[in-house]
Amino acid sequence: MTEHFPALLVILPLLAAVLIPFSPAAVKRSAWHISFASAAASLALAARLAWETFALGKVSYWFGGWAPPWGIEYSIDPLGALLLLLTAFVTCAALSYSRAAAPAELAAERLPYFYSCMLLFTSGLTGIIITGDIFNLYVFIEIASLAGYALIAAGRRREALVASYNYLILGTIAATFILLGIGYLYMAAGTLNMADLRERLPQVYHTKTVLTGFAFLVVGLSIKTALFPLHIWLPDAYTHAPSPVSALLAATGTKVGIYAMIRVIFTVFKPEFNPSTVPMTVILAGLACAGIIYGALMALAQTNIKRLLAYSSVSQIGYIILGAAISNQTAMTGSLLHIINHALMKASLFMCAGIILMSTGAEKTGDLKGLGRRMPLTMAAFTAAACSLAGLPLTAGFISKWHLALGAVEAGLWLVVPVILAGSLLTAVYFWKIIEPAYFSPAGERRPVRPEAPAGMLAPAVLLAALGVALGLAAHFPALGAGRAAALLLGKP
Amino acid sequence: MTEIITFKPLFAVLASLAAGIMVSLSGGRPALREAWTFAGAAVKFAVIASMLPAVMTGAQLLTPGLTLFPGMELRFRVDALGLIFAGMASFLWILTSVYSVGYVRKLGEEKQTRFFACFALTLSAAAGLAFAANLFTAFIFYELITLATWPLVAHKETKEALSGGRIYLVYLLGTSVTFMLAAILISYNAAGTLDFRPGGIFGAMGPGHKVLLGAAFALFIAGTAKAAIMPFHSWLPAAMVAPTPVSALLHAVAVVKAGVFLILKVVLHVFGTDLLSELGFGLPLAWIAAFTILAASVMALRQDNLKLRLAYSTVSQLSYVVLGAALLSHSSIKGAIFHMAAHAFAKITLFFSAGAIYALERKTKVSELAGIGRRMPLTMTAFSICALSMIGTPPLAGFISKWYIGLGAVEAGQPVFLAVIGASALLNAAYFLPIIYQAFWGGGETAAVESPEKGPLAMLLVIPLLLTAGITLGLFFFPGLLLELAELAAKG
Amino acid sequence: MIELIAGKYNYWIYICLMMIGFYAIIAKGNLIKKIIGINIFQSAVFLFYISISKVRGGTAPILWENAVLYDNPLPHVLILTAIVVSVSTTALALALVIRIRKEFGAMEEDRIAKLRSDGP
Repeated sequence: MTEHFPALLVILPLLAAVLIPFSPAAVKRSAWHISFASAAASLALAARLAWETFALGKVSYWFGGWAPPWGIEYSIDPLGALLLLLTAFVTCAALSYSRAAAPAELAAERLPYFYSCMLLFTSGLTGIIITGDIFNLYVFIEIASLAGYALIAAGRRREALVASYNYLILGTIAATFILLGIGYLYMAAGTLNMADLRERLPQVYHTKTVLTGFAFLVVGLSIKTALFPLHIWLPDAYTHAPSPVSALLAATGTKVGIYAMIRVIFTVFKPEFNPSTVPMTVILAGLACAGIIYGALMALAQTNIKRLLAYSSVSQIGYIILGAAISNQTAMTGSLLHIINHALMKASLFMCAGIILMSTGAEKTGDLKGLGRRMPLTMAAFTAAACSLAGLPLTAGFISKWHLALGAVEAGLWLVVPVILAGSLLTAVYFWKIIEPAYFSPAGERRPVRPEAPAGMLAPAVLLAALGVALGLAAHFPALGAGRAAALLLGKP
Repeated sequence: MTEIITFKPLFAVLASLAAGIMVSLSGGRPALREAWTFAGAAVKFAVIASMLPAVMTGAQLLTPGLTLFPGMELRFRVDALGLIFAGMASFLWILTSVYSVGYVRKLGEEKQTRFFACFALTLSAAAGLAFAANLFTAFIFYELITLATWPLVAHKETKEALSGGRIYLVYLLGTSVTFMLAAILISYNAAGTLDFRPGGIFGAMGPGHKVLLGAAFALFIAGTAKAAIMPFHSWLPAAMVAPTPVSALLHAVAVVKAGVFLILKVVLHVFGTDLLSELGFGLPLAWIAAFTILAASVMALRQDNLKLRLAYSTVSQLSYVVLGAALLSHSSIKGAIFHMAAHAFAKITLFFSAGAIYALERKTKVSELAGIGRRMPLTMTAFSICALSMIGTPPLAGFISKWYIGLGAVEAGQPVFLAVIGASALLNAAYFLPIIYQAFWGGGETAAVESPEKGPLAMLLVIPLLLTAGITLGLFFFPGLLLELAELAAKG
Repeated sequence: MIELIAGKYNYWIYICLMMIGFYAIIAKGNLIKKIIGINIFQSAVFLFYISISKVRGGTAPILWENAVLYDNPLPHVLILTAIVVSVSTTALALALVIRIRKEFGAMEEDRIAKLRSDGP
């Protein structure tokens, strides 16, 4: 049984997702319970798999018993294990948050479909993380994306539909680019298995076919990850999506996109692949830096809390890509750590924004006056998560940004260091816009309907924020895990 | 050098932290709140004082470290320099607590719980910085000081207070995150360690990397905005919107001294005086400090608001410490360390006096002080003593520090800085002596008004400032202990 | 030159089709036309896949006793999957357009932009 865990991890949420909409009304009423049970089981499976992966180094699963490169392979290395755990965990948190949040933002008859889409989304993400076959990667990206479009469209405003449509158009262009890139790689190497591609591609690295395929893949994945300047779909989508969806998408969606990008750059291709005609590192690092500053400045200009958080995501994604672009051991570790940290923190922040919206109806930064005293737990979680994202010492964000900056120094990229630091500072400034009125202003007119949100919503938000602080204090463990994953990616023993 | 493993430094940090927590838990009950503050202050001072004998023998007290991740360690180490800073801050906390109780009650300030809790937290962070064993620990506590003092600056929650608070944060957090963190990164990358070590961490690779280390040193200095070296001084006048006890303890002692303390640490324990003089980094810093000393004094002359005048005076006096450190000679560093303490006692007295004048007479402007010395003789006597110490006249503590810094300038072969010290003394006299003259002999009224310095609340205000003024006087006659510690610290 | 055009004509066709689709996505304001553009865009890539599976002298990849050489069947299979994905995307997109039309009463991008409450 245990050897089938990798397949089960994808199939379990997929089955539940299909089951819910086709079941009788009585079962539909307990859609949340089914979803949560499936997510919790996935978390347990992911934990078990992660344990095994860190013990063995790599877990490989052959679908239907067919050996790769002929059959489809699922393979999990330490990086995949970290991401699996993260995705499963955040899904659990987002689902438990949804129980109170979703009925507030969605009509009751739509709820089962909503949960079904959430499971479909996770199933797709899990597939992206776990698969060792590049065409499979494309299919899972599309499963996750389709579920994502539907989830965004569930937002309570009609603008959500437009946001979803625009995302769909861009996302489909991206997916087609990815498909095209895969086609070129297949043409050049004649295989779709990632490990096999890694072995075969070096002989044809010099050809234009490989270069074209690589370019299409990177551009397509950049759209999916919302790397500046291909981020334009993100602010609208995150602003108008229901708050559990914003939390889930921001925490896992873009992160898994980045994971796919890292997989393509470092697993399918070897770090030696550095086309002389196209200076990849410089372009990616440059775009990442521009994204860090642009996202932060745009966040600074926003008055809508969710839109501010969305632009903050653009900025933080820049950090993650930057670490991957610098691609030495330290920066890569920082990048992977930031994937984890940003996922936890941004999920918590979106949850808090949702709680505030539900309890007070406040959407604008100026509406939060005096909320620190009225909703102490929510604002405490928000503040802690914001501090961590800004990279305050003793929080998880500091650890990742420290690694990133140190990696830049080691690589001699002196111009990048001020960007990292200034971006961090800007992060503090735009969160300050929210935190200062919350704690240091007399109460405004917006009074919460009740003193605090229901525990079901509050608990995941607080838990995620607390985890962000805890990971900063006990940084040894994540730093070690991320360091090992980074070393493997960079081809070091 | 002997090293003693002990948890005492940790206790010293935790004592005020615990006090802060207890204060915030006992919200609304003033007596309980103040009891916790005093208990915390007393315990903290006792713990710090108990470490003195060991440090005097030249030993270092070390706590076990807590490694966050490889290369990043939280650890405390007590040496003479740290002990001076922590001892001074914790001793003055006791007096400031007495004074604060009188001040906030007299003025009926709101949100006293937050006020006292943040105060305790700041002191905790100051002790953490004083005892930091490496740059990482120092950086954390340095930032914590900023964050813990921000609510105190913005305490009144008026528009003015909030904007002062914002300037405060932007300057202190902005410079430390952008510049100091970059400097720490470069140092770690170059030296492979962040530990403070006597003689510096760069070792043999130092002289060969002039550009890199020059950038790191410049970033360190620019990142330490708490030392208020120009052009990073504007936050200090802006922070004067805070209640006076805050200005007194934090913006004359804990916060600003944290800045110069860190500069001393960087000079002595990160780069080492030998490396700095070999690379020739001292002189540019000395000139910047000299410029700050003179320019801030000129600005102080133009202020009519008493607290603002004192703030600019602080900017100027802090640069004496920086100047002493930058001259890199034994005597000048000794003088700098001595000045850290001497200025603390004198400046806190001046702020206490300004606060007492405000609390009892509601006067904030220099031009309103005519004749105040006749109504508040105790306060203004203390004020005069400490103003004279600032100018550097014997028999007061300020004379000793200026003497050593001057001596150090000669030792370093830069007697030109003697002229700077002389000119600054004249400027100090120019902005302090008129206040004293006006207070005692100015104004026409001679009618015997009843002195406001009566009653228990007023006594809470007056007794601390008399004590600190007495210490300023006493330090001239009995400088032995402090000089010995400074000597130990300057030796590394 | 002739060699470049005639010898690789399948690439030229797919590139032309792809650009036509891309143009429709960008230039057309009507939401349905954009979806049509997307479909053309995707189909171009499908054709590209199918064309690279051709082996000179090969027959269709069906088990047949007279066959000496088969075309590569794998791209066919892949594209079958991709077509499924494409159809689902189209279905979802059309569903969205129906909802948008219901809520905004419009299907033109610029009119919808004017009706939005929060600006672009």
